[in-house]
Amino acid sequence: MQPAGRQPVVDVALQGGAIPVGRQLDRAKALQRLRLRDTGFRHLTRGSAIVVLLILSGIIASLIYGSLPALGAYGFGFLVTQVWNPVTEKFGALAAIYGTIVTSFIAMLIAVPVGLFISLFLTELCPLWLRRPIGIAIELLAGIPSIIYGIWGLFVFAPFLQQTLQPFLINTLGNVPGLEDLFAGPPYGIGILTAGLILAIMVLPFITSISRDVFEAVPPVLKEAAYGVGCTTWEVVRYVVLPYCRTGVIGAVMLALGRALGETMAVTFVIGNAHRISPSILAPGTTISATIANEFTEAVGDLYTSALIAIGLILFVITFIVLAIARLMLMRINARVGG
Amino acid sequence: MAFARSMSLYATRRRRNGVAVALAIGATLLGLTWLVFILGELLWKGFGGLNLAVFTQMTPPPGSAGGLLNPIAGSLVLTAVAVAIGTPLGILAGTYMAEYGRYDKLTFVVRFINDILLSAPSIVIGLFVYEIMVAQMGHFSGWAGAVALAVIVVPVVVRTTEDMLTLVPDTLREAAASIGLPRSLMITRVAYRAARAGMITGVLLAVARISGETAPLLFTALNNQFWSLDMNAPVASLPAVIFQFALSPYADWQKLAWTGALIITMAVLALSIIARVLSAQRKTS
Repeated sequence: MQPAGRQPVVDVALQGGAIPVGRQLDRAKALQRLRLRDTGFRHLTRGSAIVVLLILSGIIASLIYGSLPALGAYGFGFLVTQVWNPVTEKFGALAAIYGTIVTSFIAMLIAVPVGLFISLFLTELCPLWLRRPIGIAIELLAGIPSIIYGIWGLFVFAPFLQQTLQPFLINTLGNVPGLEDLFAGPPYGIGILTAGLILAIMVLPFITSISRDVFEAVPPVLKEAAYGVGCTTWEVVRYVVLPYCRTGVIGAVMLALGRALGETMAVTFVIGNAHRISPSILAPGTTISATIANEFTEAVGDLYTSALIAIGLILFVITFIVLAIARLMLMRINARVGG
Repeated sequence: MAFARSMSLYATRRRRNGVAVALAIGATLLGLTWLVFILGELLWKGFGGLNLAVFTQMTPPPGSAGGLLNPIAGSLVLTAVAVAIGTPLGILAGTYMAEYGRYDKLTFVVRFINDILLSAPSIVIGLFVYEIMVAQMGHFSGWAGAVALAVIVVPVVVRTTEDMLTLVPDTLREAAASIGLPRSLMITRVAYRAARAGMITGVLLAVARISGETAPLLFTALNNQFWSLDMNAPVASLPAVIFQFALSPYADWQKLAWTGALIITMAVLALSIIARVLSAQRKTS
């Protein structure tokens, strides 16, 4: 008998009568079961992959649905109003958006250079035997839950800043014309600056570990060539490594920025939860995530809850854009390394 | 003249390099100093309160001694349920991406979305679960908390499963196929086994990630002052209790918050170290 089309070999053996009839039926049944199972498993895995997509669309849909009452009541003004008054039910997101952006900006201002210099150390300067332990230690920092940073920030870091850095800033930069508003006011300890510094410590490991991976992806020949013509370490990094991994480094920075924007617990402890925009970075403020964490369970009235969900939606949209850019950048560098 | 200029250029370059090297060493020391600072303070403040009562007594009312038994138990249950929901889903989705549709458009989209979910703000995930579960059921519940944590578990497991299965050599798959193994059996009996250590690492990392998560629990599982493992009612969890106690004005509560923080950190560090050892074994064997 001719093997027909795409029939498995076992089937051909069956039809050829190589096996007694009774067992033939058994085998046919077993094969049928296997085939069902194969299709079933395939659909099960495919369905699970689709569920991942559904989770994201579910998040977006539920946030939009939940924020409709507030967005309907305040319209576009919600984004540009500073007032946040639960008693009179007047809500505006501006103070929270401002705090979110300023704290993240402070965090990036510090964490990006420090993180890049640590990766420089790890890839170019560090003795080989020290590389792994230091790398692991930095990555352990990434594993510490954010609430630990929060409690540490509130009880240890904020009082420390209140006594050292903040009076120093007020007495020096606070007297510089043009900067006096930025560093005005009493040293509260907690506030925008403290939150920004804690965020900087939190995102440092992300920047370090990704940019280290990206730096290591630079082909050694390029670096060796540069060293060969007499470049110093700094020149190799500045003119060979950094230009080569520009997209990867931007990806790492954006990824860290996404984390900083959405970080909740570490900020909630030290931000001071004040719904106003103060010119001074030493003053208490609030962020989107801290507002939600502090007020959501106590929110009475549909409009209040809806306003909180609406700022959650704003946060999600901002972080989504930032993270999407980060992934596209990192994908580009991965494609180059792979190809 | 030209010689002198080249010498001064050389000196400038050396100086610049010296500054950069000093900055790099300084940055690394700074990073390590924070780690030592935070862990040191945590040990210092947490160990003082660490005793048997912490593991055997309930959370106290303000002004009296007590322990953290109910939040510890609550955290364990929430984590276990979240892993039980999230792991199979994550493994199956990762399997599709690595085994069936490695070059699919669907895989590409899922991978992109999954990477975004991986870093999405956890408080937004809390809002999502509040909308779909708490608001619908009319009350806070342990189930809602576990689902919120599961949403965080899924992307971690998807990512590691896909990565680990992609690392399994295709020759193994071809060998399995050549002896007539159906694809589903080839995946479950051959590919999963080859990638097992890496996949377990992924689950451990997911557990480490959610055991410290606070934001998504605040308005899903809420909190509970009393012993309760009823998943239809609010359930206490260690991070939520730390949040509440640390922000309270009572010294007893603050002390318990530090102890709780120490317990969580130790658990998380232990999990990530085990995960590291496991993945290191995979590389050497």
